[in-house]
Amino acid sequence: MPPAPHRVNSLIVEIEALTKIYESKLRVVAVDGIDLELNQGEIFGLLGPNGAGKTTTISIATTRTLPTSGKVRIAGIDVVQHPAHARRHIGVVPQFNTLDRSLTVYENLYFHCRYFGFSHRQAKARSLELLEQFLLTERKDVYPAQLSGGLAQRVQIARAIAHRPTVLFLDEPSAGLDPQSRMAMWTAVEALRKEGITVLLTTHYMEEADSLSDRVAIIDYGRVLALGSPEKLKQTFGAQTIFDLKLRTHDGIEPLIAALKSRPDVSGAEPTAEGIRVMASSSDGLLPQMVQAASSYGLRDLAITEPSLETVFIQLTGRDLRD
Amino acid sequence: MTDPSTQFADKRSEARNAPPVAAGRHSPAIFFKAFFGLLLRDVRVLSREFIPFLLRVGMQPLLFLFVFTYILPHMAGGNPMATAGGMDFGTIILPGLMAVAIMFSGIAAVALPLSAEFGITREIDDRVMCPLPLWAVALEKVSFSAMQSIIAALLVIPMAYYIPAVPVKAHIANWFLMVLVLVLASLLAGSLGLVIGSTVNPKQIGLVFSIIVVPITFLGCVYYTWAGLGRIRWLQIAVCFNPIVYMSEGLRAAVTPSVAHMPWWAILGALVFFTSALGRLGLKGFLGRVLS
Repeated sequence: MPPAPHRVNSLIVEIEALTKIYESKLRVVAVDGIDLELNQGEIFGLLGPNGAGKTTTISIATTRTLPTSGKVRIAGIDVVQHPAHARRHIGVVPQFNTLDRSLTVYENLYFHCRYFGFSHRQAKARSLELLEQFLLTERKDVYPAQLSGGLAQRVQIARAIAHRPTVLFLDEPSAGLDPQSRMAMWTAVEALRKEGITVLLTTHYMEEADSLSDRVAIIDYGRVLALGSPEKLKQTFGAQTIFDLKLRTHDGIEPLIAALKSRPDVSGAEPTAEGIRVMASSSDGLLPQMVQAASSYGLRDLAITEPSLETVFIQLTGRDLRD
Repeated sequence: MTDPSTQFADKRSEARNAPPVAAGRHSPAIFFKAFFGLLLRDVRVLSREFIPFLLRVGMQPLLFLFVFTYILPHMAGGNPMATAGGMDFGTIILPGLMAVAIMFSGIAAVALPLSAEFGITREIDDRVMCPLPLWAVALEKVSFSAMQSIIAALLVIPMAYYIPAVPVKAHIANWFLMVLVLVLASLLAGSLGLVIGSTVNPKQIGLVFSIIVVPITFLGCVYYTWAGLGRIRWLQIAVCFNPIVYMSEGLRAAVTPSVAHMPWWAILGALVFFTSALGRLGLKGFLGRVLS
């Protein structure tokens, strides 16, 4: 059966009511009704804690996992019905180093191109171009086992875009990278924008989602909790500074919470295991008064989290990203 | 690292001619190209390890022929096994050794790498992400292994010509049968490799050799003929479930037709049956591993 005709529109990835339920000893709902649409050329971040369903969603979109229900179309092609066709439009950088250990860096790129129908001449030219673009020319004859994590990641990105896919999937691209390699990877991803490639990246680092993405979907327990540009999310859910107060005693903190809540600049206050968490729109004037009020409860530590996607996440789920 | 974006400018030169991936129509040509690309990759990897490959597939038949058809016949008393089939031993084991070479190389070319690629390294990912149906990726593995098996089997022939003290009576009367048996046996070995590679985890691969590969080789009519088992009737019937038997007997029919062998139709029928059964099973295992 021929694949569905290629639709000329700007929606590169369409995810509709996607679910994935693993039925084994334990019934796990990994993806629980996700809807997402990615536009041509945008960098889209899927932010959530480990186990939120990010990788499963990517696996389904990249034809490696079959959904329980729902649809994913890549460039208008249904990934379940026409996986081989859809793969022409997909570039993937998986969480793990999957470079071909039997081939050199250059050959990894070259043969990848050949898999996608490039002629010898085209594959050679494209590989050399990518080596230069990703500053890997000096290491072209090195085997993947000899590469550091950061370099291997760069080769993986180069390989993933070698066949000029419409969309690039990056699954936890900075997992296991040192800060310097992470910055280099971000630069490389930023640069893809100029190539017009649509990027879908998953991450549990909010800085990464914040600084790289045009739009972010915050997901948890397989559902999309919020969707929008990082700025919009921060405005909508958490133009909030979060104060975590650690107290020596929990006894009789209710009046303190009530007092804090009554302030106009405080939008919420709740008890935590070690003290109180206060969410406020501004910290001007609040901080000294809060410290003073809390000192009688044995204030021993105070952590301030500036408004970020992290505070948005806490706002939405009541949990830290890294919990 | 300097900003790679500064490198973008005008470096896109020739690669711009690359096939437009976003083209709306998909032709079967892209599948053939992908399949060919996978073969090319395997050829490249093999070419780098060609000498080790030859040693790997050649050492066993070489030593076997040397010990049993050269050393033993030269020793006093001769080789008791040599009279087993009423025929010189070299002629009996030439097809058998070819069958063993085919099977071992099938397993070495598919089962071992696949088991590792599925396990620790997950290298298979890049090939699985080819614009090719997954069954075709598995078929490529089996086909390439079959090519290696054929080389391994043909390598045994010159050895059998030069080494034995008593010349081997090889005579390929029916080339068509020879090619057919060789190809089917090699595909069978590759399918068996696919089954093992996709179902066994790397840690247990050694165990699989001891409890599956070695027994089916020794009970595979390699060192004796199937007809020769006539006096141990139960064993003669039991080994009919062993696919290696049809590889040995098939090559016997093709290479040393003077030795008693099974009828060609039984051989070809069984080879086709086992190839498709193991192929199906192997594909199921393969899909189970790459698709969740």
